[in-house]
Amino acid sequence: MAWFKRKEANISATEAEKKDTPDGLWSKCEKCGTMLYRRQLVENSHICYKCGYHFRVGSEVYFSILFDNGNYEEFDAGMISKDMLSFVDTKKYSDRIRATIKKTGLNDACRYATGTLNGQPVVIACMDFSFIGGSMGSVMGEKIARGIDKARELKSPFIMISKSGGARMMEATFSLMQMAKTSAKLTQLSEAGLPYFSVLTDPTTGGVTASFAMLGDFNIAEPGALIGFAGPRVIRQTIGKDLPPGFQTSEFVQDHGFLDFIVPRNEMKEKIGNLMSMLK
Amino acid sequence: MAKVVLDFEKPIYSLQAKIDEMRSYHIEGNLDLSTEIDRLEKKVNELRKSIYSNLTRWQRVQLARHPERPYTLDYIYLMFSNFTELHGDRNFGDDKAIVGGFAQMGKQTVMVVGHQKGRDTKSNLMRNFGMPNPEGYRKALRLFKLAEKFNKPVITFIDTPGAFPGLEAEERGQGEAIARNLFEMAKLKVPVICAVIGEGASGGALGIGVGDRLIMMENTWYSVISPESCSSILWHSWDYKEQAAEALKLSAQDLLDQGLIDKIVEEPLGGAHHDPEEAAKNLKKAISDELKSLKKLSQEELVSARIEKYSKMGVYDYL
Repeated sequence: MAWFKRKEANISATEAEKKDTPDGLWSKCEKCGTMLYRRQLVENSHICYKCGYHFRVGSEVYFSILFDNGNYEEFDAGMISKDMLSFVDTKKYSDRIRATIKKTGLNDACRYATGTLNGQPVVIACMDFSFIGGSMGSVMGEKIARGIDKARELKSPFIMISKSGGARMMEATFSLMQMAKTSAKLTQLSEAGLPYFSVLTDPTTGGVTASFAMLGDFNIAEPGALIGFAGPRVIRQTIGKDLPPGFQTSEFVQDHGFLDFIVPRNEMKEKIGNLMSMLK
Repeated sequence: MAKVVLDFEKPIYSLQAKIDEMRSYHIEGNLDLSTEIDRLEKKVNELRKSIYSNLTRWQRVQLARHPERPYTLDYIYLMFSNFTELHGDRNFGDDKAIVGGFAQMGKQTVMVVGHQKGRDTKSNLMRNFGMPNPEGYRKALRLFKLAEKFNKPVITFIDTPGAFPGLEAEERGQGEAIARNLFEMAKLKVPVICAVIGEGASGGALGIGVGDRLIMMENTWYSVISPESCSSILWHSWDYKEQAAEALKLSAQDLLDQGLIDKIVEEPLGGAHHDPEEAAKNLKKAISDELKSLKKLSQEELVSARIEKYSKMGVYDYL
């Protein structure tokens, strides 16, 4: 046994997201360590049936959970990032995009689609954390903007599922401006009197929290998600103290008045569908 | 003359010191050094021009942070009259990292709101180094709404190292406060002009930065993250800030080239702190020109043009 043991979980891509992990019969719960039978885990919306831990999952899973019979029509699936600034850090941004597309099978950190939820038409946009930390660049901003336009066209509610570290540094000021762009587009959705459901999942931080994720008519979160503006590491460095347990969790954010409610993933569809039908 | 000398400015200042020394000999010692002094003055002027016209992005960042640079309140007093500061968010408190109030630019009453840094340790503690808490953004929003009510244009001055990343800031909803401002500023029914006068760091800057026109002073920066933080995240070290500044393409000229800002305001040679009056005069001219053109638009035209402007921001490709 090691002398020192990490008490809290590190932030990293989870089993469910790592496409290169072969699909085994069993998965281990990240939180309680229970071995979970994979088929049962999937049936339970990727929630540990022992401790309730919500595995991080991507757009494919959310679409299949929320859209009736898992049927949906995706738009602008082929939209990809453009390296406008010829950005280079330890790697070229263009190479990073290419490698990520290859590794994840996704074209960007955001997808949007239309379909029905409990029989009612709806537009859902969802992020994939496995794509450069779900970071928001021009593609995400444009897809959210178009998703909002689609909802206005269909006169349907707009559901946004956030799961992101924040703005994408490699698109610098362009990605910063996506915060303004998405918020500006939301004024048009609001003007049209259409409901906006913002679902915050683990993790939702940075520029995403500081724009559309916090602007829902209904701000909804999954249990135990990390939700905040500044990341916990930065705050710890700033104040030079350890953070209290439970800081920046969904429960903390709800207690401080910024969430309407917290709902487990397997009850989310019912809860949102119910609200939608009341607002019709 | 600036007292704080940046590394790349040292050759100018050492030459200037030499000239000053010669001048004192010239006066006291009855030595005629005037031709030599003239020659060196010419040289120092050339040196100034060549250094300041070839600044790297990191050097611009340093100028944007120069401790003698004019801050929001300096510009307010240099550009406007009758400034009446209005405090508080009517909810939690008064954040001194953001100041604002009604003022007059000529005959035009405007609402001016900006980040405010301090000059020394004491005032910096009071101003929290220009890093607002949620109540700062909520105070700003209250003032924007007040301007809308009385149909007065809004002018914002951006100069912040970022929104404050503290524990209480999270508890009081830093993210929500900034998000709310982006949403509300996008649909304000009065002209909004935003000017970056120093540092424009990320969401903390954007939180008072959504408007019809975005202008930047010549030696300022505006990006999604500071070069230091970018270096620490992408290079896993604090030592790559110069490279990060280059990669982020965060200068006023860069942003103009990227089509994200509308205008660059020229600063006096060496930076705004060398001649704050001149800098303020240039900024005032730029702002009143923009205001003039915006006044021609109806409220509906104004808001729809603003939303259209932001909708167009972004570049992407297709597979």
